[in-house]
Amino acid sequence: MKNEINILYFASLAESLNRDDEKFELKSESLNSLQLKKELATRGQEWEVLLDPSTRSSVNLVIANDDTEIKPGDEVAFFPPVTGG
Amino acid sequence: MITIQEHDFDVAHEYQNLLQKNVTGGVVIFSGLVRDFSEHHDHLTIQHYPNMTEKVLEKIEAEAHQRWPLLETRIIHRVGKLSVNDQIVFVGVSSAHRKAAFLACEYMIDILKTQAPFWKKEGGEWVEAKDSDNDVADAWLTK
Repeated sequence: MKNEINILYFASLAESLNRDDEKFELKSESLNSLQLKKELATRGQEWEVLLDPSTRSSVNLVIANDDTEIKPGDEVAFFPPVTGG
Repeated sequence: MITIQEHDFDVAHEYQNLLQKNVTGGVVIFSGLVRDFSEHHDHLTIQHYPNMTEKVLEKIEAEAHQRWPLLETRIIHRVGKLSVNDQIVFVGVSSAHRKAAFLACEYMIDILKTQAPFWKKEGGEWVEAKDSDNDVADAWLTK
């Protein structure tokens, strides 16, 4: 499917949303990160965590902000603040 | 050089690799260990985001080389299941003079802790990020 993106979830987000990854069909040619989060948040209350300011995201392995553009073929990830080291 | 691995690392071996004959004046190494964090659990699990982790660590290393005159740098971070007293992370720096090595080593571990996509789970609980870690990283990034 040409309008597909790959979404990954990590750590506590993967557990609360009960998935590590999914293919997601974009309804438009492109959208920004905030629009994607809002669309996913309509799936149910547990998905509203994506709109929490503490939730981080990346697009194609680079940290994203709400304005970051997402296009078909991109890899998007959502995760909680990091705790390595 | 950066490495993400499940197996342990040997500090003495890594130290030797940081030395450059006749030019190294000092080496600073940081090694992070698993503390005894709970009465109920004796292990933790570290998850990461493959590919992004490598990219972030390489950027941290490159940025350190831009900020200070360094010879060698080394970052190792373990993932998977670890027990109390296990080594988790190694950051090593060599330079001609000690000051650059001290600063770069502290910089790299401080930024790693807030930017590299690793997550610790202690027993059944995900560890929460600390504001104090963000503060020290922010202090570097505004310098």
